[in-house]
Amino acid sequence: MKDKITKATRHTNQNEALIFAKSAKGKRGVEFPPLDVPAINPQAVLGAAHARQEISGFPEVSEIEVIRHFTRLSTWNYAIDLGMYPLGSCTMKYNPRVNEFVARLDGIATEHPFQPQGLSQGCLKILQLLEECLLEITGMDSVTLQPAAGAQGELTGLLLIRGYLQSRGNPRRKVLIPDSAHGTNPATAVIAGYVVENIKSESHGQIDVERLRELVTEDVAALMITNPSTLGVFEQRIAEIAEILHAKGALLYMDGANMNALAGVTRPGDFGVDVMHLNLHKTFSTPHGGGGPGAGPVLMKRFLEPFRPVPVLTQLSDGTLSLDSNRPQSIGRVRAFCGNFGVLVRALAYTLAYGPGIRQATEDAVLNANYIRKKLEDVYDLPYSLPSMHEVVFSDARQKKNGVNTMDIAKRLIDYGFHPYTTAFPLIVPGAMMIEPTESESKEECDLFVDAMRAIAEEAGANPELVRTAPHSTRVGRLDEVGAARNPVLRWKPAASSEAAD
Amino acid sequence: MDSYPNDFRFTKEHEWIKVTGDTATVGITDYAQHELGDVVFVELPKVGTKLSASQSLGTVESVKAVSEIYSPASGEVLEVNQSLAKTPEQLNTDPHGSAWLVKMKLSDPKEIAGLMDAAAYQKYIADPKKEASA
Amino acid sequence: MRYLPKSPTERQEMLAAIGVKSIGELFQSIPAVHRLKDALRLPGPLSEMEIIEFFQKRASENALGYVNFLGAGVYNHHRSVVTDAILQRGEFLTSYTPYQAEISQGTLQVIFEFQTLMCQLTVQEVANASMYDGSTALTEAALMAERLTGRSRVLVARSVHPEYRQVLATYARNSGLQVEEIAFNASGQIDLPALRTAIDNETAAVIVQSPNFFGVLEQIPALAEVAHAREALLVVGITEGVSLGAVRPPAEADIVAMEGQSFGLPPSYGGPFVGVIASREKFVRQMPGRLAGQATDAQGHRGFVLTLATREQHIRREKATSNICTNQALCALAATIHLCLLGKEGLREQAQQNLSKAHFALSELEKIPGVRRAFSGAFFNEFVIELPRSVKLVNAALLRDKIIGPLALGTFYPELTKRGLVCVTETTTRAEIERLAAMLHRALEQPV
Repeated sequence: MKDKITKATRHTNQNEALIFAKSAKGKRGVEFPPLDVPAINPQAVLGAAHARQEISGFPEVSEIEVIRHFTRLSTWNYAIDLGMYPLGSCTMKYNPRVNEFVARLDGIATEHPFQPQGLSQGCLKILQLLEECLLEITGMDSVTLQPAAGAQGELTGLLLIRGYLQSRGNPRRKVLIPDSAHGTNPATAVIAGYVVENIKSESHGQIDVERLRELVTEDVAALMITNPSTLGVFEQRIAEIAEILHAKGALLYMDGANMNALAGVTRPGDFGVDVMHLNLHKTFSTPHGGGGPGAGPVLMKRFLEPFRPVPVLTQLSDGTLSLDSNRPQSIGRVRAFCGNFGVLVRALAYTLAYGPGIRQATEDAVLNANYIRKKLEDVYDLPYSLPSMHEVVFSDARQKKNGVNTMDIAKRLIDYGFHPYTTAFPLIVPGAMMIEPTESESKEECDLFVDAMRAIAEEAGANPELVRTAPHSTRVGRLDEVGAARNPVLRWKPAASSEAAD
Repeated sequence: MDSYPNDFRFTKEHEWIKVTGDTATVGITDYAQHELGDVVFVELPKVGTKLSASQSLGTVESVKAVSEIYSPASGEVLEVNQSLAKTPEQLNTDPHGSAWLVKMKLSDPKEIAGLMDAAAYQKYIADPKKEASA
Repeated sequence: MRYLPKSPTERQEMLAAIGVKSIGELFQSIPAVHRLKDALRLPGPLSEMEIIEFFQKRASENALGYVNFLGAGVYNHHRSVVTDAILQRGEFLTSYTPYQAEISQGTLQVIFEFQTLMCQLTVQEVANASMYDGSTALTEAALMAERLTGRSRVLVARSVHPEYRQVLATYARNSGLQVEEIAFNASGQIDLPALRTAIDNETAAVIVQSPNFFGVLEQIPALAEVAHAREALLVVGITEGVSLGAVRPPAEADIVAMEGQSFGLPPSYGGPFVGVIASREKFVRQMPGRLAGQATDAQGHRGFVLTLATREQHIRREKATSNICTNQALCALAATIHLCLLGKEGLREQAQQNLSKAHFALSELEKIPGVRRAFSGAFFNEFVIELPRSVKLVNAALLRDKIIGPLALGTFYPELTKRGLVCVTETTTRAEIERLAAMLHRALEQPV
């Protein structure tokens, strides 16, 4: 192909410049009705001190150009709608379309958080029903839907613990976190004002209960646990762990990232958890959207209820629902307005679609993970052999002998039409390959994935270079992350347009 | 590069220090840069900062990791290597030379005696369990 | 179940392949005492038709058919159908965070364009790939200023959105950040003499919002001077992004924390929205949130990657400075499409329409005996009016005419009873403004 021809590529998806390169003075993609009041000159009412002169570099393009630009860009993404996303601990399941439809209804998407509560009963009933469903699924007593994401849910949960302990005289100093935990756990504990103490896992990857017994003192506020753990294994001594904590007045926090293994089968509230968060964009199917928005409701036992962030949903004696911000023991407000309402709507639509049948989703998720485990355990190393729930963690130990690591295998999966699994996490497994298929995959799709993984295992022996340099089928190859970090280019600039905008 | 100069002293955390009178130059070892991979950013203290031995003096970042650098000795920072801001990759190519991190005035030169010499350090990094004899 | 792609036979085949007889065997690792014996008591299962019917019923219990004059951080603006058509493409909607750059170039280039647009609007050098919302962005900006200055006292204007200030207070309580509030004056702006008295050499940042909660524009250059004289940073919050089409951007600010809801996102009862932090290049290492950067592959093709990831909590763990994990990529995509459609001229025209209609509305309302504007400072599309009687009483009367009237400020500011915040955008028609004025006039004439 001639160098000058920039539209054609070696792929079916087209080259696409930055939107700024398409800009030309006088084009636009939106027109407004004529102004029906006297026009005002910004200079006149705002004065020279407040009026804006120019929006330098801002694009000027037509409607069709916008459509083509973003449609072409979309074809460079992988997505659940295209195939399996076996990202461990991310629960990339099908995002039902009806959820999108109902979240956009007039009377749902159009509502203003400050409109009278008497005219918001529909919104508040949605929140109330979602609260009831989440309480039933988790077996907890009380809930807040305010947190905007899982990490904010974690923070809210720890602030609830702090508020409660403080009300009893001493917020305590330490939060215990297993070495298998996700990085948000320690980060959150520190933001909540606690010192983190790590607990090493025992040889099967479970919490070392005897060590825990030694570590839990009157100085410990809580243990943050993920159950099933990030190895996809249920903490079998969970009730005992809760007892050890409770005996010293400490609380058990559960990161609900892996709730997709439990819904309908067992309830954290029944096995000793005091406070937990859910990731609605994982277990409850709200779309990831390339990295958010999410929502991170926090569920708790009754004694933590007075500390919930405002506003709190309450039912008045006449049955009407209301948002109450006058809560003297509240930890405060964690986000303006009323949570990520649009995400909450979608999560309720998902829950209603299943009802009690949510158990079947959990069973299928666990079935898929165990099926894949069985079909791959002879070619990939399984560092911990305890029974898997919704995800399975292999390691690259065998392939590493040929110089092929977990990241290489993950990248090679792309050439077989799959999104990579989670690499290099949990940290306690060197070269981890963490696979979570979710319930959304058919037997056929699981078989295709198994075939791909087995083919790559073979390639790692026969032609390691092929795997090491993967992917080979994408629009761009492995990008130079080192160069990008050493000399960050974080925005387009007109001055460099000849280079940056082509 | 795999030589550890005889006039350097080394820490278990893979920093080196070279003493001249009551001032010293500090850097990270070749082993450390190798473990880190491509260095993309270095954060250093302000001139005048007073450090005690084993206190964090800054961080070194690769694409996906951040490592703390600990001061091998107590003292006051006299000078920091400004060139690392523009070219952090020097830490990968010349960790024992042009990519020194700080120069400091030692407040207790006797501390240096507790650090490993080149031979002990090389033995230390060769030992998979990293049990220092020093 | 329609979302589950397995037949009963396939389930049996898979169980057989695993080597177990029943699905129950795969749950044996959960101690028997914790396994549920009964089905959960949940409503459903519902078909698609029933789900739609359920939510349509809820919608009918809300404010459908009412005209509202509410703003206060959430604005009714025109949203092109084009934005939503693209937003619902599965390749954007159902993709993960773009850690695998080779198959995420769509999302990554969008983020890069979003960062650029945010820089252009705010006249800052770098912007992140989004935060949860404006309130958490403002809070993170305060914490960023604390890290940059090594000081732990911030001065926040009382004219900043009250709920934003409450979020800041929640985060500050446990991080040792000391927050003091600075009063507003008769113009509705932060009281400069009070600020000058309060600021000292321990002050990390001065935090204002412009247009502020009363709709009034703050004097950004003067505030920057006061802050910088003490080597403190100026943090400017923006809740109404459309103002940037007509109002001078906060170029002198060190950190801008913006809510992007006005750019193509529905009010949606308060979320999800999209926060932004924009700042100076030299501060980028202390900036929270994800960043996309330009990179090249071995063949020299340009692409984009998430970069400077070592700032993020999943790498720093207990040394992290922020625990923000997800961003609002899909909302940032909506904002990017929306702003590209608007373009330079569209945004200018939209802003001018907001300005014109809001000033028209004020002039109509001021014709009513006893009604006057409460503050004198220049405003964009929101203003505060003072009424001769309680705003809540007047609003109750307006509701009978299907009008949701001004936001009663007494709820947030005890000294501002009888004051209401009015918002008018390009979506408000002249007829609606005139109806508000007529009905308000009539309501005030009724005996109390």
